Amino acid sequence: MTVSPDRLAELRSKAAELRWHIVNMMGPNRVHHFGGSLSAADIVTALYFYKMRYDPHNPDWSERDRFVMSKGHSVPAQYAALAMLGVFPLEELATLKRLGSRLQGHPAMHETPGLEGCTGALGEGLSYANGIALAARIRGLSYNVYCLLGDGELQEGQVWEAAMTAATRCLSNVVAIVDRNRLKAMDETRCAKLLNPLRERWASFGWAACEINGHDMAAICDALDWADEQTRQPAVIIANTVKGKGVSFLEGQPQFHNAPLNEEQFERALGEVKAAFATTENR
Amino acid sequence: MPEPTETRYAYGEALLELGSQRPEVVVLDADLYQSTRTVLFRDAFPERFIDVGISEADMVSTAAGMAATGLIPYCNSFAMFITSICYLPIRTQIAYPSLPVKLVGSSAGLTQGPDGASHQSLEDIALMRILPNMAVVSPADDVETRQATFAIADWSGPVYMRLGRYPVPRLFDEGHRFEIGKATTVRDGGDVAVFATGHTVCKALDAAELLARDRIEARVVNVSTIKPLDEAAVRQVAGEVGLLVSVEEHSIIGGLGGAVAECVSGMANTPPLLRLGVRDEFGESGLADELLEKHRLTGRLIADDIRRALSGHEHRSRKGGGYRTKVI
Repeated sequence: MTVSPDRLAELRSKAAELRWHIVNMMGPNRVHHFGGSLSAADIVTALYFYKMRYDPHNPDWSERDRFVMSKGHSVPAQYAALAMLGVFPLEELATLKRLGSRLQGHPAMHETPGLEGCTGALGEGLSYANGIALAARIRGLSYNVYCLLGDGELQEGQVWEAAMTAATRCLSNVVAIVDRNRLKAMDETRCAKLLNPLRERWASFGWAACEINGHDMAAICDALDWADEQTRQPAVIIANTVKGKGVSFLEGQPQFHNAPLNEEQFERALGEVKAAFATTENR
Repeated sequence: MPEPTETRYAYGEALLELGSQRPEVVVLDADLYQSTRTVLFRDAFPERFIDVGISEADMVSTAAGMAATGLIPYCNSFAMFITSICYLPIRTQIAYPSLPVKLVGSSAGLTQGPDGASHQSLEDIALMRILPNMAVVSPADDVETRQATFAIADWSGPVYMRLGRYPVPRLFDEGHRFEIGKATTVRDGGDVAVFATGHTVCKALDAAELLARDRIEARVVNVSTIKPLDEAAVRQVAGEVGLLVSVEEHSIIGGLGGAVAECVSGMANTPPLLRLGVRDEFGESGLADELLEKHRLTGRLIADDIRRALSGHEHRSRKGGGYRTKVI
């Protein structure tokens, strides 16, 4: 299915708004995961505003599609989406990581409405997504489970245990998305462990695998639709992204994995994402 | 009385029965379903049984996802593996959100036997006990194991249940009522109180028999829930005897002895606490009974250690008068 130009424009606007919320909620002079949240922004937008069966007025609906943010440090992108959908108030975003806030630094399902699990210690989310998917089979439900992983996270061995489990059990209701921004916390992922040929590796584990530009909204939507067609095996979308996407001086810079922006940097970043959002609104 | 039996057998049978009563119960195993006795459940309910293979972290994370959707997963492996290799997902994905995953560690302690230190869990109680929201259950015989298998399904949060592959005699009749958070006195006595758990309850009873020949009356308390500890019972006992003893097939650091020490540490005039167990070292290959002998966990050696502690305590009493909190 090809998504209509109008719908795509609307989704791009949502993604721009989501980036604005990400930067805005983080504020100046506080340590935050800017890079990974921004690289995941288009994917998270496509999931919540295009693909997933999700009723924000009933976030506990048993048939809802589930999203597991395995790269838990990027949860600000998910917080922004949930707030934009009205699962909790937009004003609450500014409480991110503050003492007493429901918006913890890494996902806490028992604190924040709309979260499906506790992640943050990397490598655990895909197994968890498999568990939700297996439960659908046992309970006779028909939802999908989407799991967003970082490419650095793929260096954790448990991810590949989970990949084998999903393929062995033919969990076609599991869709993994790799936010392939090529950076981990300190430097490039390839400095520590080589991941390529990444698509072939997933395929060799028994997954249907495709590779896209993770900032091309049309490509993301098409890939999510393609995943629906994989009815015999789990599907993985390797989304090539840029860490810090949308703020020029953060893009591709590992030092902004988890770092503060000073006042001047923050104003500049906010200006860029605001301007990008305004452009999409005035189209 | 039936022959002594390993608690894992009662667990396997109870789990099978639980499965027929509770459709939301699912069972996961990591390639040990014969040893853990989940094979019975597997054969009866293959659609609710998952062998993830040799990947314990994957198992517990998968179970967490299932629990989040309303199922009650029982995860199974040796106590050694299910509390260590998957500690991080247990902490993040199960204990933190308090999901009702039941972790069942079999072949716990020294009596795992010939496989040696790599397979003998002597730290599992400590590791699980320190996690917020986690309950720790360690039944003493087959009757209690059966009841505990059902009881943990009704407990709203996560549970670690410790089982063994060492034959223990039946201690309880069907009138016994296991309750999470309740310690029970299985033998009365006013001179010394022995807190025991799991396999060591029967050893503590053996010791009490021997002590009675010397006119030392030992109270034996079965602490089948180590967390939440029955603090009221522990404190009450501490106020009524001259010596406290803990006995466990576990390190004397952080397990039952640690829990009792923490509980009585705030009390005035508590008697000394003698902690018996493995003294901060690894296990080794050997037969179960040889290992219990070496680590002084037989009835005879427990009684010897209690006699020695009592005589030392009397000596102290003559010198100083009155009890002082002292951890031996």
